[in-house]
Amino acid sequence: MGAPAQAQNNTQPGEAEASARRRRGAVLAWGVAIAAFVVFWQFGKPLAAWAFKYPKAYAIPAQAWISSGMKWLLNEATFGLFTFLDLTRFTAAMIDIPYKLALSLLSTGFLQGQGSGAVQLLPPVSWIAVIAIVALLGWHAGGRRLALLVAGCFAFLAMFGQWDSAMVTLASILVAVPIGVVLGLLLGIVAYRWPALERAIIPLLDLMQTIPVFAYLVPILFLFGFGPTAAVVATLIYALPPMTRVTILALRQVPSEVIDLGNMVGCTPRQMTWRVMVPSAKDSLMVGVNQVIMLSLNMVIIASMIGAGGLGFDVLAALRRLDIGAGLEAGMAIVALAIALDRLSQAYAYRIAKPHHETAANKGFVARHPYTVGALAFVAVTMAIGLAVPAVQDYPDGLKVSTGPFFSDVVGWINVNFFDVLEGMKNALLLNVMVPAKRLLLDLPWFGVVVLLAFAGYRLGGWRLAATIGALSFLIAATRQWEKAMITVYLCGSSVVLAALIGIPIGVLVAERDRAWRVVQVIIDTLQTLPSFVYLMPAVMLFRVGDFTAMIAVVAYAVAPAIRYTVLGLKGVDPRLIEAGKAMGCTPWQLLSRIRLKLAFPEIMLGLNQTIMFALSMLVITALVGTRDLGQEVYIALTKADTGRGLVAGLAVAFIGIIADRLISAGARRVRQSLGLA
Amino acid sequence: MQTGTFIRRTATALALTAAMALPSGAFAAAESSDPIKLTLHDWTGQLITTQLMGEVLKKAGYNVEYVQADYLAQFAGLESGDLHVAMEIWETTGRDAMDAATATGKVENLGPTGMKAKEEWWYPEYMKEKCPGLPNWEALKDEACAEAFATAETAPKGRYLGGPVTWGGYDDERVEALELPFEVIHAGTDAALFAELESAYQRKAPIMLWIYAPHWAPAKYKGEWVEFPEYTKECYSDPKWGSNPDAQYDCGKPFGEIWKVSWAGLKDKWPGAHKAITAFTVNNDEMGAMISAVDLDGKTVDAVVADWMGANEARWSAWIK
Repeated sequence: MGAPAQAQNNTQPGEAEASARRRRGAVLAWGVAIAAFVVFWQFGKPLAAWAFKYPKAYAIPAQAWISSGMKWLLNEATFGLFTFLDLTRFTAAMIDIPYKLALSLLSTGFLQGQGSGAVQLLPPVSWIAVIAIVALLGWHAGGRRLALLVAGCFAFLAMFGQWDSAMVTLASILVAVPIGVVLGLLLGIVAYRWPALERAIIPLLDLMQTIPVFAYLVPILFLFGFGPTAAVVATLIYALPPMTRVTILALRQVPSEVIDLGNMVGCTPRQMTWRVMVPSAKDSLMVGVNQVIMLSLNMVIIASMIGAGGLGFDVLAALRRLDIGAGLEAGMAIVALAIALDRLSQAYAYRIAKPHHETAANKGFVARHPYTVGALAFVAVTMAIGLAVPAVQDYPDGLKVSTGPFFSDVVGWINVNFFDVLEGMKNALLLNVMVPAKRLLLDLPWFGVVVLLAFAGYRLGGWRLAATIGALSFLIAATRQWEKAMITVYLCGSSVVLAALIGIPIGVLVAERDRAWRVVQVIIDTLQTLPSFVYLMPAVMLFRVGDFTAMIAVVAYAVAPAIRYTVLGLKGVDPRLIEAGKAMGCTPWQLLSRIRLKLAFPEIMLGLNQTIMFALSMLVITALVGTRDLGQEVYIALTKADTGRGLVAGLAVAFIGIIADRLISAGARRVRQSLGLA
Repeated sequence: MQTGTFIRRTATALALTAAMALPSGAFAAAESSDPIKLTLHDWTGQLITTQLMGEVLKKAGYNVEYVQADYLAQFAGLESGDLHVAMEIWETTGRDAMDAATATGKVENLGPTGMKAKEEWWYPEYMKEKCPGLPNWEALKDEACAEAFATAETAPKGRYLGGPVTWGGYDDERVEALELPFEVIHAGTDAALFAELESAYQRKAPIMLWIYAPHWAPAKYKGEWVEFPEYTKECYSDPKWGSNPDAQYDCGKPFGEIWKVSWAGLKDKWPGAHKAITAFTVNNDEMGAMISAVDLDGKTVDAVVADWMGANEARWSAWIK
């Protein structure tokens, strides 16, 4: 309804004139603001030194506040009957129960006693049985093809000798994902039912997603104890927000007819939520489940640093001894797990979306549950055979394959033969683009930048946005993180530009070619789940330690959303508009630039937004190759167990992310309005 | 879903039945049979040291559990008693964290492991041709020599790849104090450090970087440590000491002990284990050989540890007497 009306309005002469006047006004306002900023930057230094370097005397001692707050929580906070620490330790113990169970089933077997004195009572589920179970799940959810794919992924784990570690990782995923889904769902329902709470929850979700994990690792270790449980908690904090967001969105999209029906038959609020709303939002909710699974797998490396073990530990250990092949194998095992779990959850989402009716009520147990019975039979039979034939219980060593030193040799060969070419390319980019950009950003007065950002907020979204953005950027300066924040902006900024320059054209190229898009999809899925540490070390060998290597790692990870959203946007363009364009005799180039890209612009902006978020989330990893930004600050704080320092730097990263997000969203909203899409 | 619940129920039931049938494990030592938790980090030497200790404790009848933990983050666990023993805290990189932890009274230093941490500027042997005065540090003052170590970003200064910022080491100060025409670049992790070395070594390209021992790198790559004026305490605290009268740090890095630390409650809960861990020593050469056997010859840590246990029975049995 809104779209055609707006389009008509735009064609009226008076309206067109007004819009042209508005545009002139905007250009003028921006011109004045930027000119004032440049003048202030060039000539302001002698007059207002405080605007260039934040005065130490007025700094907000947030680090000390947070650290002493943490001490209070640990030593004094109490609810009367029990202390805060008791509560968190109790929570940890509760999480530990399902974790131990999953671990026993998949990896250690059921044990009597602890440590080396333990006696195995019952072996873990054998590798053959696990593969059979996932294959049955695949069959149940999506038929033979899916069964083959999932079984193939798990067979890959066994063949490459990653089975034991993969099962440890799988155990922690199996615990983290259900908890994350349930908590995320509950939080989403709460936010949906009480809008006042939603306003508090949304910023919290933003922080949870943008503060680097390393920043809150130390408090988590103190509160939840050392080991896999703490890793699960850290994973939850990172992986839960998308579930809540999807829940809120999904509940809002429940058709009003359904709600009316619920009201008519006299549902209580509780019945309304659980019997009406949640079931009818089921298929959207599965998207959230899928996101929780993927983000949990992203955390595997970091979780292994605090005692989760598993594949993440193998990746780190292999790369520490520069065994690139072994690191890649362990990394690919994570990808295989991710693909299997992703496809399974998507298939179940699809199945739920298409309800099917079974009339099995009066059949026997076996007939009603053929898959369950089949899986159990397999477990029992392989366990019995496994007692006699060890190869059934554990994958035989002799059948394991490995790429051995192959990948190390490949990197070595490239290194010896092409280093000079790579070095030349790197130096050209570094000396001509990156270093000048860094100097420029570091030179800018913080005060001017804060004002300019607030101005941008005002132009795009009004006073409220201006106030939010001004306050957040001021806080970065006031906690004395400005310089590191600028290096962060420089590193992420140049990576995002590069990722967009690579990603958007690829997206344009593959959007209309389904086969190419499928190939690209596999590649970007892999890039997103393969731990970046795996390609970071070869990158160091070819490009040395420094910003360039960090940028490669960031781009490799952040290019995925740029491609994905471009394709999404282009595919979503109304085909009738394209037909209309063709009818009017547009050339393919005109079709692309005048119609398709223009209409896909909001999605592309959203992709850019996500690219920035992804780039920021890589900061901590790039700290491992020696950058000097906020990520490094967070990492140093982690190694010194300094809660305050880590969280302050982490919050600064989050603020940068939130500023970028709000500005881009506001900009995209305006564009959408002017295109008549909203 | 149903599959999962069913398996879980059956399995728990089975486990319970079996648990009732079996007597609990008996131990030689009349101390607590709870597992002693030893931390494992991500470098091979530490894995070997820890498993040596663990195997010895097992021989003495203790219940041992290995837990993967981050080198510095583990102190939180050692203080709370979630973890019990950490076998390698390097004077050079872990001293601050260790001191902070022992100051709380919840963590105890169990003395040196016998291994000495060596950390210094290091270069591959083929660089000696381009800078013949090495290993004497004064050769680095020569501009031609420094330029041999330069890259496009640092030229005409030489490039020195230092350890992660978190390692400390005062290299920026050292360059300044000794007036070396070098620029210090910090690697973020030691994996990055050795990735650069491997890359340069393959191409016989110039490189000067921070190497530490015991480690597999000095065994794999031929090269030498730069000989700086020997470290003394005064050099780091008193500007007047050394060649530069106005600056500290005008000397090399300290050699340091590698320490063993434990949760303070270890002594009361497992007094015998406390004694054994305090008595544990190995030396650099032994450890270097074992690390090479694992990282370069591809043996497993378990096998290397078993070999050592077989060859040194007299030594370790004295620790647990």
